[in-house]
Amino acid sequence: MPEIKVTPLGAGQDVGRSCILVSIGGKNIMLDCGMHMGYNDDRRFPDFSYITQNGRLTDFLDCVIISHFHLDHCGALPYMSEMVGYDGPIYMTHPTKAICPILLEDFRKITVDKKGETNFFTSQMIKDCMKKVIPLNLHQTVQVDDELEIKAYYAGHVLGAAMVHIKVGSESVVYTGDYNMTPDRHLGAAWIDKCRPDILISESTYATTIRDSKRCRERDFLKKVHESIERGGKVLIPVFALGRAQELCILLETFWERMNLKAPIYFSTGLTEKANHYYKLFITWTNQKIRKTFVQRNMFEFKHIKAFDRSYADNPGPMVVFATPGMLHAGQSLQIFKKWAGNEKNMVIMPGYCVQGTIGHKILNGQRKLEMEGRATLDVKLQVEYMSFSAHADAKGIMQLIRMAEPRNMLLVHGEAVKMEFLKGKIEQEFSIDCYMPANGETTTVTTNPSVPVDISLNLLKREMALGGPLPDPKKPRTMHGTLIMKENSLKLVSSEQALKELGLNEHQLRFTCHVQLQDPHSDADTLHRIYTHLKSVLKGYTIQHLPDGTVIVESIVIKVSSSTEDSNTKVLLLSWSYQDEDLGSFLSSLLKKGLPSGIC
Amino acid sequence: MAAHLKKRVYEEFSKVVQIPHEETPAKKLRLSKPSKSAALHIDLCKATNSTDALQYLLQFARKPVEAESVEGVVRILLEHYYKETDNSVRLKIASLLGLLSKTQGFSPDCIVDDAINTLSNEKSHQVLAQLLDTLLVIGTQLPESPALRLRLVEVAYKHLSDTYFGVRNKCLQLLGCLGMVDAPVGKENEGPGTSLGGLRDVQSIISDYFGDQDPRVRTAALKAMLQLHERGMKIHQIIYDQACRLLTDDYEQVRSAAVQMVWVLSQLYPESIVPIPSSNEEIRLVDDAFGKISHMVSDGSWMVRVQAAKTLGSMLQVSPHFLEQTLDKKLMSDLRRKRTAHERAKELFASGEFSSGRKWADDAPKEKLDTNTVNLIASGACGAFVHGLEDEMFEVRIAAVEALCHLARSSPSFAEKCLDFLVDMFNDEIEEVRLQSIHVLREISTHITLREDQLDTVLAVLEDSSRDIREALHELLCYTNVSTKECIQLALLELLKNLNKYPTDRNSVWKCLKFLGSRHPTLVLPLVPELLSTHPYFDTPEPDMDDPAYIAVLVLVFNAAKSCPTMPALFSDHTFRHYAYLRDSLSHLVPPLRLPGRKQVYGLDSVDSGPGSGSVESAQLFLQQSLNRVSTIQNLEASGAQDLLDLTIRDLQRLGELQTELAGAADFCATYLRCQLLLMKALQEKLWNMAVPLCLKQNVTATAAAQQILEETYKLEFLYSGLESRQVATIHHVRLQAKALQLVLTSVHTSHCERFLQDVESFQRLFLTELPHLQDSFVDKLLELMPRLSSCKPVELVKILQTTLRQSGLLQLRLPEQIHRATATIIEPTGESDNPLRFTSGLVVALDIDATLEHVQDPQNTVKVQVLYPDGQSHVIHPKPGDFRKPGPHRHRLITQVYLSHTAWTEPSQIEVRLLLAYSSSSTSLTSPSKLGWSESLESLPAAEAAVEGTIPFSKAVKVFIMPKPARR
Repeated sequence: MPEIKVTPLGAGQDVGRSCILVSIGGKNIMLDCGMHMGYNDDRRFPDFSYITQNGRLTDFLDCVIISHFHLDHCGALPYMSEMVGYDGPIYMTHPTKAICPILLEDFRKITVDKKGETNFFTSQMIKDCMKKVIPLNLHQTVQVDDELEIKAYYAGHVLGAAMVHIKVGSESVVYTGDYNMTPDRHLGAAWIDKCRPDILISESTYATTIRDSKRCRERDFLKKVHESIERGGKVLIPVFALGRAQELCILLETFWERMNLKAPIYFSTGLTEKANHYYKLFITWTNQKIRKTFVQRNMFEFKHIKAFDRSYADNPGPMVVFATPGMLHAGQSLQIFKKWAGNEKNMVIMPGYCVQGTIGHKILNGQRKLEMEGRATLDVKLQVEYMSFSAHADAKGIMQLIRMAEPRNMLLVHGEAVKMEFLKGKIEQEFSIDCYMPANGETTTVTTNPSVPVDISLNLLKREMALGGPLPDPKKPRTMHGTLIMKENSLKLVSSEQALKELGLNEHQLRFTCHVQLQDPHSDADTLHRIYTHLKSVLKGYTIQHLPDGTVIVESIVIKVSSSTEDSNTKVLLLSWSYQDEDLGSFLSSLLKKGLPSGIC
Repeated sequence: MAAHLKKRVYEEFSKVVQIPHEETPAKKLRLSKPSKSAALHIDLCKATNSTDALQYLLQFARKPVEAESVEGVVRILLEHYYKETDNSVRLKIASLLGLLSKTQGFSPDCIVDDAINTLSNEKSHQVLAQLLDTLLVIGTQLPESPALRLRLVEVAYKHLSDTYFGVRNKCLQLLGCLGMVDAPVGKENEGPGTSLGGLRDVQSIISDYFGDQDPRVRTAALKAMLQLHERGMKIHQIIYDQACRLLTDDYEQVRSAAVQMVWVLSQLYPESIVPIPSSNEEIRLVDDAFGKISHMVSDGSWMVRVQAAKTLGSMLQVSPHFLEQTLDKKLMSDLRRKRTAHERAKELFASGEFSSGRKWADDAPKEKLDTNTVNLIASGACGAFVHGLEDEMFEVRIAAVEALCHLARSSPSFAEKCLDFLVDMFNDEIEEVRLQSIHVLREISTHITLREDQLDTVLAVLEDSSRDIREALHELLCYTNVSTKECIQLALLELLKNLNKYPTDRNSVWKCLKFLGSRHPTLVLPLVPELLSTHPYFDTPEPDMDDPAYIAVLVLVFNAAKSCPTMPALFSDHTFRHYAYLRDSLSHLVPPLRLPGRKQVYGLDSVDSGPGSGSVESAQLFLQQSLNRVSTIQNLEASGAQDLLDLTIRDLQRLGELQTELAGAADFCATYLRCQLLLMKALQEKLWNMAVPLCLKQNVTATAAAQQILEETYKLEFLYSGLESRQVATIHHVRLQAKALQLVLTSVHTSHCERFLQDVESFQRLFLTELPHLQDSFVDKLLELMPRLSSCKPVELVKILQTTLRQSGLLQLRLPEQIHRATATIIEPTGESDNPLRFTSGLVVALDIDATLEHVQDPQNTVKVQVLYPDGQSHVIHPKPGDFRKPGPHRHRLITQVYLSHTAWTEPSQIEVRLLLAYSSSSTSLTSPSKLGWSESLESLPAAEAAVEGTIPFSKAVKVFIMPKPARR
């Protein structure tokens, strides 16, 4: 039986370092090639030696597909392609291809320039790596080689995020990457058609969460900001540069517009400006509202949001500032926080999760006195708010996607084992399909039952159609006669005559003959006539002929009568039929064995 | 057959040749019609290949064919059809047949046989489908023929087993449009259908195709079934299961049609019981269908989602238990139950604490959930609306909001529940959705009382920069019930803030407060001292009477005081003074109050509030009596008649002021009588006894009168809505009299006379049906004399007119049922400002105009803004169609900007702005009823009455102070 093998090198019962190997129909595909945020050593990158101990990966992989630009999905790409060695095609969507190198470069700078690591990929390597990238469009079927084809679907999550449908022959796998089933202010919801893949590989970050409606959160957020501004306070929103930041910007921008507010909004960091540029360009990847209105005005051309300058932090009056990084652990957001922390009119809104140990985490837990470096303490008087804006599908969303795609098997990655366990149970219960959750390095094998396509000759098909009833019933299988020819990797179903002709064979007639003894006192000719009349009365709707040479022919069945040598009353009937008429022939022989009814003259 | 056809064709040829000799050239057009078929015949014969033939057919299809020649054309087409070998040409011919049989006045039953015959010989599937389509057209044209219907159904049944999807589609369509559920088909049919169960009705045949392999055929089958239902056939419940199965079809159009099908069944058999699969329980069919359609709200295709969301709104019979599930979404986090923000808000409110800072982990999950009880795939209706309202496409969201509205209106408890969700929608990114949800909330607001926290969110929208949103919200607040006095205070505060930020909202805010006050008198009562800032011991400074915010507060308080007699005791002296002032200046906002010790005011009020509803009839009676009295005028002396008219006009005007319901009618009558009065006066000038040419110079008053009457008649015709043709005839009659008067008075010229005679003719044509009512009138007499008039000299004509005019009597006016005068009120600018609008000369300044229009039909085309400058210049500005909104029946709102500009002035000065109603007599709806076929063009119409266009000012002019400054160099 053909098999599909899936092996996560990263993201198996874990979040981060997404890298999944799939072998399907003899093709090897790598899905995502990410890094792990939590490690600074070799564990940072997936273990490519699993694929091959020595040498390059090109021979072992047919293609690499990157789902979106987050570093835990693409961070190890230059390392793999340039340092380990891979020259095959890399597929990603246009926005991902545009934004990915910016993030990689940023990542490289931090690791090499700030932390001083050596033996890391260089800028040139990033460039070389990006040269191998082939961009994908949504819903475009790309033929990687003759048999392998891939198709991208919209996934929400971040700009350019895609789910990929990988197909070899009739076997297929869908990999979701990260996706979001609820639309937000700048992106739409993930969508896939009923492609019925053999395996659906889904992320499961929020496997055990069902979230509240987005609107409540948005309204809360806006209300908080609005109230604070009206009081004359300053609002600090620490964000990571890409993704959520844009969503919040749009949210505030439209709110400002609607409510006619005048207080300035600032956005720090140059990285975002570059990324914003791409958001402006890839309008087709955004949600309905932005797509519909960009002709009048591109929503990413912010009217109220301006670039931040360090000196603005001391300006009097209300303002809103987006600053990086998101957990208040360093950089500009921390500086601004220190300046504003003393005033109770001010507010800080944490829009995402904060790792333990960061200032963000401390203040969220209600700590009001912070110890800074150099023994200084900081009184936190400003208001601290928490708003969760996350762009992963929750448990309901995952189930919804399963319902959309109708997979035969399910495979969970990118989540915690305990949570996966719960979802796995639910999936198996609701959909009664198998669900797998392999750990890193563990291989899941799924046997498939692929359908084998066979060419059928049109004549044969029409002939068989004509035999059938009038009502089409696609659900019911139908038997038909024909000859299957296997020639040079192709299968053909043709009528037997044609098969004989094609193969240059002569047709062999196969006839069955049998003798039936019959007690009948009449002469041979009379007996034959009696048989003829008997059959005529029994077999209605069949052509029965009484030929002058002393035979009765029913369709192709020949019946002859001769008296037995010993007893003239015992007649020997000779029946002969071709194998096509086996049914009728055997029926006749058993009928005649019963003898002739006496009433026939 | 062919010979017969030929003969027909030649007959038509001969017609063309012969008849022109016999008949007048005026009818040439009609007679050339048969040549169309002949020309077609020739063209088709000429065509050497199929492309040419196709070209000819395409050209032919562009030209219309008259009813009487359709049959000939059809014969020719059919003849070519038989000969034609090319599929595309046959296809085109088949489609032409369908088109032709739609021709009005042509009965297509004569071509049915031919069409059915061609069917049996046709090999091409596409052509077959087209032929069936033609039959469908024919069948729908002849709904009254059961035999034909049966025949067509048989034909459709025969072709159902075709391999081409298009043919099956058309067959199903035919069955849907023509089949009868009770009548079995396939009776004399020896086809394979008999082997499968003998006689079968249309419904079961159609339902067989629910399982067709082609999605298009499945859709067509569902549509055919829906068609059956629309035609009033009873659909059986047995197909419910099949329809439900199609809800999970791979193709969106099938799912969409299936949603409709399930809905139809749920409406037909709401109470029947269906089993729940995989359990022993049974539920009502409507509940089951509701659950299934709810499921479709999270479908992959947005078209289906819209369909499903819309459909949910109309399933009112669903049990409340199921209904409430649609808003249910159990939250959890890490497998622990979480409360929704809505629940938290409710709890906060219940605990007496208002708005707290949100704490980290405030929403921290509480109890641990049992993994087995968590149902991730919501079975049934669970959370359908939660999904729908969060959908990506705004079409789905709007549909969901509307559905919520329908359901909430029929179920108060559901209304209460969906409140939170609707309020959340106020924050949607698309304005249309926000607006829609505000409207919906208003519609269901009778069922609900807003909590403080909810009100807070609602009020936050008051700061929206979109005027529509704010006004919708004001409207909503008018109808809202609130629970506590804090709510009132909150609302007032926000409204005042709104007023401060957007001063143009003044009227809307005041109106809103009026309703808020009269709805919650007891809640306002404890707030009064604070609102009026009175103090038990000290006198507080008297607030500024012109402050809109203060007026707003007073409007609230006075309206509350109306049903709360203890309240006036809390007022201070100046409040009473202000009351008197406001009662006078803003009487629509300030109700009459019973104030202690204010007899005077009280007395006045009682007069005003005197007329009750019963007096409408008496007023109506009075109006009728006045009119009757006027009809006796003939018998009176000239001076007496004038006095009577004068009196009646005065009466009517006063009546209009008193009785707003009858204002339109009274005004109309008064204006009409004024016309008569003017006419009478003009005719009674003593000078008339002199020779006409001599008195011309002196007769200025009469000329002016004629002119005025003309103007008044245009007002009568176009300013009032609800006129019947009788009244219009009367008006035109007066106009004709005025024109005659003009003719008599002005120089006598042949062209003038001719024009007048044309007018008379057109009057006769337009009001042919009304002429019997105009016995003894001016026109009546004129028409009698018509043969003489048309041949006589101008001088003679004038003489005749003069005598006829003087002899003819007053025409009795009959009042129509409902008559309304178009009115307009300019709300903005108010014309009170003393600060001139300064701008640099030569440049433009935009002036905001806000006006309400009542009883104006088609304001987009008729209403204009006129700006009059002090130097006599006047500009007419056409507002954009988008500037008109329609807040209610017969009401329009114009919010627009006009651009002003002028050369420099030394002093600020006032310009006048008013609204005009444009009219043009050619657009009168009462033109002769069109009995023309689609082929005839307008040229054959008799020369239309020369269109008179003009404008009527129908609003008070508002003065705006402007000051164009010279440009600084």
